Amino acid sequence: MSSPIRFWITSILLFTSSTYLFADVRVGDAFPALSIIGPAGAELPAATGKVMLVDFWASWCAPCKESFPTYSQMHSDYRARGLMIVAVSVDEKQGAFDSFVKKMGPAFVVVRDRDQQLVRQVSVPTMPTCYLLGRDGRVRFVHQGFHGAETDRLIRKEIDALLAENSPAS
Amino acid sequence: MKTTPLRQVSALLLALLGLTALGGCASSDLVRVRPWERATLADPIMKPDRDPLATAMTEHVYFSRESASGGRGVGGSGCGCN
Repeated sequence: MSSPIRFWITSILLFTSSTYLFADVRVGDAFPALSIIGPAGAELPAATGKVMLVDFWASWCAPCKESFPTYSQMHSDYRARGLMIVAVSVDEKQGAFDSFVKKMGPAFVVVRDRDQQLVRQVSVPTMPTCYLLGRDGRVRFVHQGFHGAETDRLIRKEIDALLAENSPAS
Repeated sequence: MKTTPLRQVSALLLALLGLTALGGCASSDLVRVRPWERATLADPIMKPDRDPLATAMTEHVYFSRESASGGRGVGGSGCGCN
């Protein structure tokens, strides 16, 4: 094949494939590894066999601020039973992240997706969005936004159901 | 000018590339500002009613001119949260 034809075919393929690079993570999909965040993600405690709640938030997002006390309460209620909460900040500025965390004092794990790698890969539909993962690491429930007591009630119900399931190894 | 098969194939591929590029503009999935990129839009400075005095003055001018009051829309910044 001559080189101009090869050039055009490669260009078209690259262009069309780039549209689908960041597909949404949906219910049933495997959630990307948190190590993509960088060193902060790699140092997270092992989540193997645990039910996980991954929440995407930002310091500039008012509902995110409202959600933190709820997640702190969930953390203390469910930690012993095998729930791990990881709140992933999409803040671009380290200072904004630090002051928010200092002010809110969350009891759960908080990391910053510094280069917004994970959030791009997951392609969250809104801020905040939380993903509930089963013991097998697959997405089981997705909650867009935070609607106070209603969201709290729904998530707790789902966590109870997920915790009642046996781990894939057992 | 004599058209060679190579030139024709190149023109066809160029047209295909152009169509693909324009077709992308019609996609409903295209979002210019992603939810996690709205920090600047969510800044309080983006609120049109952030200064109560300025809002009151603007309202006064508006209803004096138009002989109508209210109906100025809703408040809030542009973070699109919830």
